Amino acid sequence: MIDKLNLLFVGVGGQGVLTASDIAAQVGLDLGLDVKKSEVHGFAQRGGVVESHIRWAPRVGSPTCEEGTVDILLSFEMLEAARWLNFLKPGGIVIVNRQKITPMSVSVGTAVYPDEDAILAALKGRASRVIPVDALPLAEQAGNPRTVNTIMLAALSTLLETDPAVWETAILRRVPAKYAEVNKIAFRLGQQAAQGSSTD
Amino acid sequence: MKRLLSGNEAFALGAWEAGVQYAAAYPGTPSTEILENFARYPGVKAEWASNEKVALDNAIGASFGGARTMAVMKHVGVNVAADSLMSVSYTGVKGGLVLISADDPGAFSSQNEQDNRQYARFGKFPCFDPADSEEARQFMGVALDVSEQFHTPVLMRSTTRLSHSKSAVEATVPGMREFQPLPPFEREAEITRVILPAIARMRHPVIERRLLDVQQWAETTAFERGINRVEWNDKALGIVTNGIAYQYAREVLPHASILKLGMSYPLPLQAIRDFAAQVETLIVLEELDPFIEDQLKAAGIPVAHGKDIFPLCGELTLANVRHGAVQAGLLQNPKSKIENEAVSSALIVPARPPALCPGCPHRAFFYALSRNKRKVVIPGDIGCYSMGVLAPFEAMDMLISMGAGIGMGHGFKQAGGQEGVVTIIGDSTFFHAGMAPLASAVYNKANIVVAILDNRITAMTGQQHNPGTGTTLQGEEGRHIDIAPLVKAMGVTYVEEVNAWDVNAMNKAIRAALKHEDGPAVLIVRGACVFTPHFHYQPRMEVDLEKCVACGSCFRVGCPAILKSEEIYPTNNKPKSSIDPLLCTGCTVCMQVCPTQAIAPVGEG
Repeated sequence: MIDKLNLLFVGVGGQGVLTASDIAAQVGLDLGLDVKKSEVHGFAQRGGVVESHIRWAPRVGSPTCEEGTVDILLSFEMLEAARWLNFLKPGGIVIVNRQKITPMSVSVGTAVYPDEDAILAALKGRASRVIPVDALPLAEQAGNPRTVNTIMLAALSTLLETDPAVWETAILRRVPAKYAEVNKIAFRLGQQAAQGSSTD
Repeated sequence: MKRLLSGNEAFALGAWEAGVQYAAAYPGTPSTEILENFARYPGVKAEWASNEKVALDNAIGASFGGARTMAVMKHVGVNVAADSLMSVSYTGVKGGLVLISADDPGAFSSQNEQDNRQYARFGKFPCFDPADSEEARQFMGVALDVSEQFHTPVLMRSTTRLSHSKSAVEATVPGMREFQPLPPFEREAEITRVILPAIARMRHPVIERRLLDVQQWAETTAFERGINRVEWNDKALGIVTNGIAYQYAREVLPHASILKLGMSYPLPLQAIRDFAAQVETLIVLEELDPFIEDQLKAAGIPVAHGKDIFPLCGELTLANVRHGAVQAGLLQNPKSKIENEAVSSALIVPARPPALCPGCPHRAFFYALSRNKRKVVIPGDIGCYSMGVLAPFEAMDMLISMGAGIGMGHGFKQAGGQEGVVTIIGDSTFFHAGMAPLASAVYNKANIVVAILDNRITAMTGQQHNPGTGTTLQGEEGRHIDIAPLVKAMGVTYVEEVNAWDVNAMNKAIRAALKHEDGPAVLIVRGACVFTPHFHYQPRMEVDLEKCVACGSCFRVGCPAILKSEEIYPTNNKPKSSIDPLLCTGCTVCMQVCPTQAIAPVGEG
């Protein structure tokens, strides 16, 4: 039974990162652990970087994780996985949505978006496992592009010694009833994707 | 049952449980959700005020009437409210009055990272510092008790990491409560609340005595009620700490003894002295200013380490607290060095600055302004439109505080500024602090352009209502104020309203307003924020790659929906444009600036 976990969820404003992190925090509480989570709102959300720290332990102190101590980095966007890599503990796990969202610095031509291969190589340089997930196409396949965060949480649930049903229940408690079915489908697709897509 | 609540949700719950009946606030990150949550509890009146001073004045009136009350704001909002705050300390209160100040160490969404504990010492009233959501909830009730017992306003100081972190709270389901009318107003037998000079002189020694009484409370009752507490452990190291810093102390130095202060002012100096006498080495761990440290040193309590090893600037983190502790030799077996070197240095990660949203009603204005900016000086203001300073617009030259743009533009012009002046302010900001400087500009005939970007909402903080929208915090229809007749009534002789998404009209309007020479020219840019129900989505735009010549014009509108396509235009070897179909709102600004008519609504190209 898991009793201590540092998670870092990152992505771009509008991707549903904060909702997903709320659910991951609730799961920790449902498992009987102390939980804290922390994020920054406001200016950062206008298409900027979003980060949310989630910590489970018998007793949690700091609401944020220390650099080099994150067990699993869950990135909703390719570039953001690279940006936050220093928080991952060496040998940790990265789950990364293969979606790419172009920053304004790239579209105005002052910066270059790195190649996917270069990003994956950087991730593999620190992580023991990198799990790329095509969350957006899978969410569309499930029936709603807004289920990206359910896909990502489902992928995460396959890595932990927790009952996947705890995750699914926490998700369904959070989404409106009319979206329950599409989220159930998304959850299955996310689980399958994670199980079939690991690069060591 | 335990529930996960943010610090802000917990402040709201604690206020409601402690019987706060009336509260007012001006939105500001990281404080905004406190009043949004409080407003949902039964039997309360919760209001957005037009600014923080108004919010505090509202709360003072409620307190004088006998109600328990709170005013809520971000740290810099307290500067706006400070005039009343310093004097309500002199008058004292009747119903408990708590001012919640949400500070922003790290300045994640603020213009500075001032440490508002300093206001407590400056104004001579107590300051509470909860360290997690459960404390945020419980301290509210204690703070209101202290406020009433000692007839003092109380500062409740939060920070971003408390307000926007969630932790478990023992929360019962709130029951029902009826809103209670106040008892009939009792005129004072001895005047304290009309703070004339003679009254102020009489009150000053009273509040000095009050501070000593509260200090005595901090030495005794505060320990009994769990506000201040000692956690004994190894006595080789003792840490005096408060607020969120306590969490870092507990985690980085788990063997140390800790004196945790739930109140950073006034300090229980005798208790701290006793604690110091029992530990070998005493250190102070606090975020931002050496507020506690300086008081201990002034009291002659030996402090081995404080700001000499922990950061003075920016927020504390586990990493920088650990770093300081290792540097000072306080950690015998520091955790193995963080292996940041393992991160590939070959990868350059481009910055992702925030940007105006697709469809934003500020875009065409900044595009037009950036085309006219060569001989124009642009004092700006605080809101989403602060992003006008970023690429590709780079159309803002100064920004200090809410409402400051008009006053700065006025002063620049009257001091002999040669350039045209275009000041920028939002609708909510105009009601907050823009009307007074506009009155001054009219009165003194300052020839400046005042652009009021009226997006019908307080957008940056997450779409709160304001006097311009007329809907109240609790969802009732209030009365909305029209800006155009208002500024005309204030004596502005040139007022033009322009459609926010019409690039040509915007360009003409800016140029025409700059020519006006009879005091301020007001340009009201009207267009609703994309997050309001008033925003109209239209058929999305697409790029006809046959017509696109990769000139880059559309990139100069700074829209996140406009991307580089895979296709290269051979003449200049640059990528043609494409438009993200999921992000585009069909606002047409890019279509208007495209010189080859390559952009058109889907199906009409």
